[in-house]
Amino acid sequence: MQHLDVILAMNHISKSFPGVRALDDVSFHVRRGTVHALMGENGAGKSTLMKCLFGIYSMDSGEILLEGKPVRFKDPKDALDAGISMIHQELQPIPYRSIAENLWVGRYPMKKFLGLISVVDHKKMRDLSIDLLKKVHLKVNPNTALKELSVSQTQSIEIAKAISNEAKIIIMDEPTSSLTLQEVDQLFEIINQLRNLGVSIIYISHKMEEILRISDEVTIMRDGKYIGTWLSKELTMEKIIKNMVGRELVNLYPPKTNEPKDITLEVKNLTSTNPRSFKNITFNARKGEILGVGGLVGAQRTELIEGIFGLRGVTSGDILLNGHKLHIKHPRDAIKNGIALVTEDRRGNGIFGVLSVRENVAVASLDDFVDFHFKLNNRKLNQLAEANIKKLSIKTPSTKTKISSLSGGNQQKVIISRWLAVEPDIFILDEPTRGIDVGAKYEIYSIMIDLARQGKTIIMISSEMPELLGISDRIMVMCEGRLSGILDRAEANQEKIMELATQYM
Amino acid sequence: MNNILKKFTRGNIKDTLVDNAMYVILLGILIIVSFLRPIFLSTNNLTNIMMNASIRIIIALGVSGALITRGTDLSAGRIVGVGAVIGGTLLQRPDYAAKFFPALGDMPVVGVLLLAVTVTALLGLINGLVISFLHVPPFIATLGMQSIVYGLSLIYTKSQPIGGLKPSYTYLASGRLNLVVAQVPILILIALVMIAIMWFLLNQTKFGKYIYAIGGNEAAAEVAGVNIVWTKIRVYVMAGIFYGLAGFLLAAKSGGATANYGIGYELEAIAACTIGGVSTAGGVGTVQGIVSGVLIFEMLKTSLQFLGVTPDLQYVAIGSVIVMAVAIDIRKYLAKK
Repeated sequence: MQHLDVILAMNHISKSFPGVRALDDVSFHVRRGTVHALMGENGAGKSTLMKCLFGIYSMDSGEILLEGKPVRFKDPKDALDAGISMIHQELQPIPYRSIAENLWVGRYPMKKFLGLISVVDHKKMRDLSIDLLKKVHLKVNPNTALKELSVSQTQSIEIAKAISNEAKIIIMDEPTSSLTLQEVDQLFEIINQLRNLGVSIIYISHKMEEILRISDEVTIMRDGKYIGTWLSKELTMEKIIKNMVGRELVNLYPPKTNEPKDITLEVKNLTSTNPRSFKNITFNARKGEILGVGGLVGAQRTELIEGIFGLRGVTSGDILLNGHKLHIKHPRDAIKNGIALVTEDRRGNGIFGVLSVRENVAVASLDDFVDFHFKLNNRKLNQLAEANIKKLSIKTPSTKTKISSLSGGNQQKVIISRWLAVEPDIFILDEPTRGIDVGAKYEIYSIMIDLARQGKTIIMISSEMPELLGISDRIMVMCEGRLSGILDRAEANQEKIMELATQYM
Repeated sequence: MNNILKKFTRGNIKDTLVDNAMYVILLGILIIVSFLRPIFLSTNNLTNIMMNASIRIIIALGVSGALITRGTDLSAGRIVGVGAVIGGTLLQRPDYAAKFFPALGDMPVVGVLLLAVTVTALLGLINGLVISFLHVPPFIATLGMQSIVYGLSLIYTKSQPIGGLKPSYTYLASGRLNLVVAQVPILILIALVMIAIMWFLLNQTKFGKYIYAIGGNEAAAEVAGVNIVWTKIRVYVMAGIFYGLAGFLLAAKSGGATANYGIGYELEAIAACTIGGVSTAGGVGTVQGIVSGVLIFEMLKTSLQFLGVTPDLQYVAIGSVIVMAVAIDIRKYLAKK
């Protein structure tokens, strides 16, 4: 591979924001027709580097050479025209318009109407779309509204767009974060095809197994600095982590010090009002236990816990807490009964982006801070936020900082603080470490184990098998809205989980 | 990460100016006009502006709750009219020849005020119920209410203008209280009280925090256990109360009322809130901002009069300033490269 020529050379890039050097003399070289993984913890500068490349940020110093020629893109359109495409972590398509329109937005094929007026050539657009969809193995009608597609299909559309742009370099930012294992395989197949065509892929991900599997080279960054570039075959997980974190991280998972005791939560025959969602779910969870919930995307795990939490309707079945039947119609009822939910979609229904860390911590427990019936004690609210910042070591300049400016891991800790403040007995966490870097993941696991040790019941939905196996006491697996089995920690392994996760397919 | 640090080190003058654009504009208007027309700075004129602003501030505070929760209230102006006609019809001089209710005796001012705000609170309640339970978008729900309320006001007043208000009622607008250093108009004092109440509600109560939470992210608020339905209903009821009071004072100030009172005030109030930094994307807005927004608006109107700009041209100028002011203010929310 050493012989392949360098298509993209970013040399000595520096970028400062007031008060911080986000990038400090970083160099990054990508060879033609290779998959180059860019790794580093959140805040290491990966995104900033890519934004400098893509024309979203302007760098302070350094040079970018594309096929040997110096370039400097003033905006993303510039970069796209030069053959660089970016597939974002959060895809931003136009959901109510057709696939074809999403593929060609901004560069519709045109024709002359009556030889005079330029109008969109819908027939040509459709034909071109059908060709493109074939290239990414999608068998869908290009006139379908984009919202009908799954996350992975939507991602394929983005890749198709990059292909049609004749991209030489495609940046993929956490492309597998919401894909099932099969979908990951399909994605990798497409990546391999692109690589064979001479396209270079810059692959940003936290998932080490994937990186070792798909990438040719790995560049690691830490604290805005370039650490090094290695051939993937020379790397091991331990070596990657060591370079990313800057110290030896002996274990990915903290020692399990919790001990399951009596049953607290019982769910009996719970069935959704939506006939296509979960049905007849029966399970229990114990005090001091971490119950993992595994399954593929579409297994209705999120829907189930949202049903328990009162966000979705249930037609039949019972939820019992310490033997008492609960009547949960609304999240308020669940919270009153000591159930907390850290949702999967942090931005969608987790954080209040425009509000401060303090407001984000306090919002669920304001009832406990009311003096004289309606006046809030703002001093105590501040103390609450400060205590949590300390306890969970949340990195934020102050309690008044807007939450949206914190990293994903710190945002997650703020949301956990919010729930700690209401002192729940049952803590449900839906994909709690999604999009969070290794160091912060470890901290989140520690918090969960610590809570279990204090006698809380933890229910954790996760799509990452190593995580399920790493910290759960039992793993309950769902498939197509049904419960396919519950495994004990001792007997569980990846194969058994996978078998249960596909049982009813 | 970068945003945090940006906030910490907003070093240069340009950023400071942009971040405080509203106050810079307010100061700019004041300097220019007082330089060209020194009389602008007379106590009399400034008091006048403040008195005009007082009623608008109360309306703007009312509509701000709806705006912060990502709603709006187009019925504000017509509900102001309801407050005005209830006050006007029930508080005429007993000896006034063309009394609206000839048989009506002398009514207590406070009693009628309570009646007026009860009625307007009910109208707000209907807005809240329609928005929360029927899930009609606030724009449409309050647009409908705007028309309904106007019709009801016309029916109630038989489209007649009301005059001859009794002195104890008009005193609310014309009277002054002797406070240690100066004679302060009662109208301004009432506005100050309402400002204090709104500040307290938004900053010191659960209700206020929930308003910001719903505006910031309604789905997250639901997960966090916020009672969205109840909070929104209260927002619109509170708005109704503020409008009712404003209308009641408006009639007292002008010494009469018609069903046309308050028409268009909702747009002025929404514009003033936006000028004052209330984000139409929800979750953002302060009482200080709203009050300065209204003051800028009123100063501008008076300044244009002082400069001899014709009324027709004033509309053009005001519209331009609204757009420009918001264009400048929005800079501070735009992501910096």
